[in-house]
Amino acid sequence: MKLTGAQALIRSLEACDVEVMFGLPGGAILPAYDPIRESSVRHILVRHEQGAGHAAEGYAWATGKVGVCMATSGPGATNLVTALCDAYMDSVPLVAITGQVPSWAIGSDAFQECDTTGITMPVTKHNELVLDVDRIPGAVAEAFHIAASGRPGPVLVDVPKDILQATTEWAWPATTDLPGYRPVARPNSKRVREAAAVLRAARRPVLYVGGGVTKAGAETALRELAEAAGAPVTTTLMARGAFPDSHPLALGMPGMHGNYAAVAALQEADLLVALGARFDDRVTGNLATFAPAAKIVHADIDPAEIGKNRTADVPIVGDVRAVIEELVTAFRAAVAEEGPGDTAGWQRATAQWKQRFPFRYDQQDGGPLKPQHVVERVSALTGGEAVVVAGVGQHQMYAAQHFRFDRPRSWINSGGLGTMGFAVPAAMGAKVGRPDELVVAIDGDGCFQMTAQELATCTTERIPIKVLILNNGHLGMVRQWQELFYDERYSEVHLGFEVPDYVKLAEAYGALGLRCERAEEVDATLEKALATDDQAVVVDFRVDAHEGVFPMVPAGRPNDEIILGPEFSPEEQAAATRREVRLP
Amino acid sequence: MSTHTISVLVEDRPGVLARISGLFSRRGFNIDSLAVGPTEDPGRSRMTIVVDCAERSLEQVTKQLNKLVHVLKIVELEPDRAVERELVLVKVKADPAVRYQIVELAEMFRAKVVDVAPEALTIEATGSPAKIKAMLELLDPYGIRELARTGRVALARGGKGIADKPLRVARPA
Repeated sequence: MKLTGAQALIRSLEACDVEVMFGLPGGAILPAYDPIRESSVRHILVRHEQGAGHAAEGYAWATGKVGVCMATSGPGATNLVTALCDAYMDSVPLVAITGQVPSWAIGSDAFQECDTTGITMPVTKHNELVLDVDRIPGAVAEAFHIAASGRPGPVLVDVPKDILQATTEWAWPATTDLPGYRPVARPNSKRVREAAAVLRAARRPVLYVGGGVTKAGAETALRELAEAAGAPVTTTLMARGAFPDSHPLALGMPGMHGNYAAVAALQEADLLVALGARFDDRVTGNLATFAPAAKIVHADIDPAEIGKNRTADVPIVGDVRAVIEELVTAFRAAVAEEGPGDTAGWQRATAQWKQRFPFRYDQQDGGPLKPQHVVERVSALTGGEAVVVAGVGQHQMYAAQHFRFDRPRSWINSGGLGTMGFAVPAAMGAKVGRPDELVVAIDGDGCFQMTAQELATCTTERIPIKVLILNNGHLGMVRQWQELFYDERYSEVHLGFEVPDYVKLAEAYGALGLRCERAEEVDATLEKALATDDQAVVVDFRVDAHEGVFPMVPAGRPNDEIILGPEFSPEEQAAATRREVRLP
Repeated sequence: MSTHTISVLVEDRPGVLARISGLFSRRGFNIDSLAVGPTEDPGRSRMTIVVDCAERSLEQVTKQLNKLVHVLKIVELEPDRAVERELVLVKVKADPAVRYQIVELAEMFRAKVVDVAPEALTIEATGSPAKIKAMLELLDPYGIRELARTGRVALARGGKGIADKPLRVARPA
């Protein structure tokens, strides 16, 4: 059967079981938009290509499937770059299709020409400029295979206009032949047995769980391992929801703004079992003083992560679900042979930390509305039955800290890249992927304004997300750093509460706009927002601009210097610094 | 910090050199020299890259290179178990007074005079990095006008080739 390159491209997407794609047409990609009219693939027309990229990411985070976005050449492609880099940093499976100027015009600075594969090379797992129409199905098949397998990531396929217009005999490749791409899935069983032995012998073990656990679908196995070993669990920003916050062994989030218990447990541990985590600087603080007494078991599908930041005593390359499942078996065998381990004292110590140094804030009656209170009420009123999406900054930390995550894939955010403007389009993508779920973007006022135009997409495509803006009239996290580290010399962080008028802006986009300024009104406002199903909702929560995110480990400092924050007395801070519990 | 020679077998695709050199600059590794050319297999190229870095960084750069889809195989070549060669073309100032001395010096290094001009000689030399260095040091006092070097190429000693073992052996880090 003869097809045009454009038809072959869309047909290839169908062959990869793509249900939905996010995009915006333009000159070079025009031919590909013609067959979309007849395709089974739903195309969602965004208002900015960055929105298409983040929406595809949100879809991928929420469903575990590959997200797809499409844009034209030149500015269309460059507008995708932020989303590609975001997906690269957070290992989000994404396929981006871009149009390119005709192949004979490449290199001539033609209208809307840019070197898309060159620009995106360092921010994609792989990319390809397709210069032969017969190659289109193969390039698409490989793109999906590479994006989804191994350590997931974004792949870009760039197709010149004349290639889209050329004719090809349709043939879908039965297999992909990539001799240079063979991700290791099965872990080395000897290493797994070593890991089981050190875990059994450890008195103060911690499971340091990263985003890889959710990507591998290893949550059930993880729970089994934690319970079998009696090992407390920390879930990084990328892994919120991978282990239930309500579980007695859950210590919460480690890192710069993590729970005291999680930070202290990592520092005092004699063994870290890192599972799909990468010893990021926001978790380790000063690397040389991170977890000084701990042996390291490091399991990851990406061999390059092992030993990159911290040397592993037991390195395990493999799919983290396979690793954990085998580790459970090996651990039980080790216990049968050597007798059970003893972590009871350690569990008591970490539980005491949890109880004594929780997240604390002070919502006074009639006082300014605290952002943490809003998040806590969202968590309570939804019963945790929501997919929460955040961008980057204070709102992201409040959401990660104060929402109770008990379910996998209920948390989506921009972790590695820290992309302002991620939340609205990502929430849109998540809602498209899981239409029956309540999808709540908890956003900042600074972030919201970067991609708010996608509310138009939400309205026209009937994607009823909730956007809760924790509006403090500032670039809050930057303000917090200026307060703490620049002697309160505030520079270019004031945005103002009033401009834009978020309620009117929401209405202009066809969404329901609400405003809430007092703690007493939070529940009623949220109930109204949650009850609205037929349109997107934007709530302008006017929150206290002076509130800061705590605890905090200043950037580059040792985790032992964790600051509990203004809600704790100097005596409590001193106690926290001393740890104050007997360690086994 | 020390110098390492790595031999990288890649698919001969457009942009593969950019991918590799881009990875080095992005990850903050310095390339001392890079030589690339076809191999015995028409679809494949070999890159010989000389990197100046610590052992631990070398492991990281190797692992990162391995993640590139078009990279098939990487080995580090130990200097005493490999043959390493470089080619240099050097244009030396050569007045009639010193011309014979320069020719003699070139012969001692088994180098050839490949171009003669009234005031200069161009010498072609091939050899190990140490030999090239020694020759250039001796030529330096005469006045080196211009110099072009290929960068190092290298093969492991013995009967086996880089691709004889299976590509991408599944092995723990």
